[in-house]
Amino acid sequence: MVGYYIHMAARSLRRNPVLTGLMVLAIGLGIGASMTMVTVLHVMTDDPLPGRSAQLYTPHIDPLPLDYKQDGGGPDASDNLTWPDAMALLTARRATRQAAMAGGNLLLRPDRAGVRPFYVAGRYTSADFFTMFGVPFVHGGGWSAADDAAGAQVVVLTETVARKLFGTADAVGRTVRLGEHDYRLVGVTTDWAPKPLFYADNVGNQYSDADQFFLPFSVAVNQDLQVSGNQSGWGKDESASKRSDTTTWLQFWVQLDTPAQVAAYRQYLVDYSAQQKGLGRFQRPPANAKLYSLMGWLAHENLVPTDVRLQLWLALGFLFVCMVNIVALLLAKFLRRSGEISVRRALGARRRDIFVQFGVESALIGVAGGALGLAVAQLGLWSIRQRPDDYARLAQMDASMLLGTLMLAVLASMLAGLLPAWRACRVPPALQLKAM
Amino acid sequence: MELRPILSTLRRHKTTAWLLILEIALTCAIVCNAVFMINHRLQHMEMPTGIDEHALVQIQLAEVTPSPDIYARAREDLAVIRQVPGVLDVALVNQLPLGGSSSNASIKLDPEQRQPTLSAGTYFGGNLAQTMGLRLLAGRHLQPDEVLDADVVLKALATGDTKVIAPVTVITQAMAQRLWPGADALGKTIYVGPVGVRVVGVVADLARANAYDDATAHYSMILPMFMGAGKDQSYLIRTRPQDRQAVLKAAVAALKKADPRRVVTEQRTYDEVRDKFFENDRSMAGILVGAIAALLIVTALGIVGLASFWVAQRRRTIGVRRALGATRRNILNYFQTENLLLATIGIVLGMVLAYAINLFLMLHYELPRLPAIYFPVGAIALWLIGQLAVLGPALRAAAVPPVVATRSV
Repeated sequence: MVGYYIHMAARSLRRNPVLTGLMVLAIGLGIGASMTMVTVLHVMTDDPLPGRSAQLYTPHIDPLPLDYKQDGGGPDASDNLTWPDAMALLTARRATRQAAMAGGNLLLRPDRAGVRPFYVAGRYTSADFFTMFGVPFVHGGGWSAADDAAGAQVVVLTETVARKLFGTADAVGRTVRLGEHDYRLVGVTTDWAPKPLFYADNVGNQYSDADQFFLPFSVAVNQDLQVSGNQSGWGKDESASKRSDTTTWLQFWVQLDTPAQVAAYRQYLVDYSAQQKGLGRFQRPPANAKLYSLMGWLAHENLVPTDVRLQLWLALGFLFVCMVNIVALLLAKFLRRSGEISVRRALGARRRDIFVQFGVESALIGVAGGALGLAVAQLGLWSIRQRPDDYARLAQMDASMLLGTLMLAVLASMLAGLLPAWRACRVPPALQLKAM
Repeated sequence: MELRPILSTLRRHKTTAWLLILEIALTCAIVCNAVFMINHRLQHMEMPTGIDEHALVQIQLAEVTPSPDIYARAREDLAVIRQVPGVLDVALVNQLPLGGSSSNASIKLDPEQRQPTLSAGTYFGGNLAQTMGLRLLAGRHLQPDEVLDADVVLKALATGDTKVIAPVTVITQAMAQRLWPGADALGKTIYVGPVGVRVVGVVADLARANAYDDATAHYSMILPMFMGAGKDQSYLIRTRPQDRQAVLKAAVAALKKADPRRVVTEQRTYDEVRDKFFENDRSMAGILVGAIAALLIVTALGIVGLASFWVAQRRRTIGVRRALGATRRNILNYFQTENLLLATIGIVLGMVLAYAINLFLMLHYELPRLPAIYFPVGAIALWLIGQLAVLGPALRAAAVPPVVATRSV
């Protein structure tokens, strides 16, 4: 029976090619625009580290004095940790793994002739970083906790940088000149960069940033290397050093495997804050200490620009207008066929049959609209990839989004066909037949 | 035109008519808000900076090996640039208006104040005002002998020996008005950290590097400090607008010749700085224009489709009317009036909806209230679109010959 309905629907649609084209165009444009923005939002809020993210947490404590006032648009000073607090959490070793980190930009000076010095972005961090985040190595590996403690002059590079520098990725043991110092290369990672770079300080381009080198952060402190994230201080000492207990600049991540561990760590943070308050260092309530999960932290940071959200609303509004449009057109179209409906009813078709027949016709429009919508969405995503925003390159559709687009198109058009089909199946046959 | 027959016909197509009204209302509401948002963006993009934008170019360098004396290095570079033909003036600047990355300071009127009065963009340099072409409203510019090297100033501040430095500043009129409304700012003192700084000049305008918020975008001050060469500093060159590209090229060549062990990290005209700053606003405005166009087209096509249906459905009725003496014009007017009626109801609903959408946007996206002036914009757009869309079907209806009435189905 459905085959017959499809046949009838195709015939009916072919009878008014302009109108059919119009409805397909409307649903295609609406679906295309909406799916473009839904895809953008989807890639922006996606899990940056699938499989590991559930065990990753970032602790936050509030070392700010009571009278500290947040500068309206400025970064939150308590988003990051001070060096003494980070060291305390690091040496307490209360989590399975823990690492402190901060970003930096350093000038890389290649030894090879013909390669000019260039700036690279990277991270100062501690030994657990690599195992905790599962950074894949091509050669060598990370450094040890002993290297951290000793402030060893070691460095890890990504494959691309290592190749650019040495012509080969297999360069472990060689010397790398970064900034003003020499470091021994201990490991080469793949070009690994979670999107967004969730562990980096929020400076507005975590979707395009990637770390190209890794140095022990004890080295960065000892040599007072340049730090690229937010550094917020509230102490008297304006030219505060990295070791200052009134300047926040470090990010901290821990791996906690069980809910019990998570609860224990949360309690530990409160206890630590209370202890610091007892010592007179902290002034605010210890309960301000928080432990964010990875996805919770991303939600808190709210990395999606308001413009993207506005564009999503705009696209959904557009889809809604398109749907209202289609409902009106289908209604007019179906009701115009009252005569045909009445004949079918008189010949024994049930209301349900009429309803299914028109439902199939709407679904057919939906399939065609969905196909057009996919094309429009690909075009939309392509145009977004040409934009200068840092998330632009991520705007790609995956299989689930592809399927979702088609589903949404069929669903939307069936929904739009619901009212017209229902009205059509309630046409009183006798009256219409008499008029004929 | 008699409205009664139109109303009684519409009553027989209640659902369809209401759907069309709903579509017009939604389109009207979205168009009103979108036009408002476009205008808001365009206004933001026109933000004045107070500098002579079309006459300026920027060069930024990074040293491979840091110079032992960054101040001597910067002075040499400035001298080299000054020799380049076409260069009218040059200054070392720590930031540019609308440059993005900014340097700011908290300003207090009283050192004992707990909370700063405002945050202002801090420009360092001596020749900066002249190079940028700032318009002086009162007082004077900074004098060359007041401008000291940054480490001298920082050392003096650290030791508290502030006699060697000249604590003077030039501020913008916007900042002066905010600090001392209605009063003369000249000679007054502001506190940057613990240091009291005397205002010696007021310039008409100098926008901040991070001018995202229109309200605070023009709070800037110039302090007499020479920063020396560094990767965050850049050379700002003033030239004739038509010479910009040539001067940029020649200046970069001269600087590289003076010391080839350097990387040019930025070389651009100021117009490019401005374009980059407003890139996102421009693309958002473009998207909004596209959305408005798409909405109006879809709505127009919907009206065309529905009107065509109704015309086809009423062919016989039209024939009867024509046979009974109605002119073509009567038939045309009938469909036009019907559309006008539907559009008007839609627009009235659309206004209410536009207001509601604006309230939502104000709540969640820090947009200002929709001014009443934007309501007619949506109304006129929808009326026009409606009339244009219905014209084709209405003409087709008017062309129905009276003889149709005599034919059976």
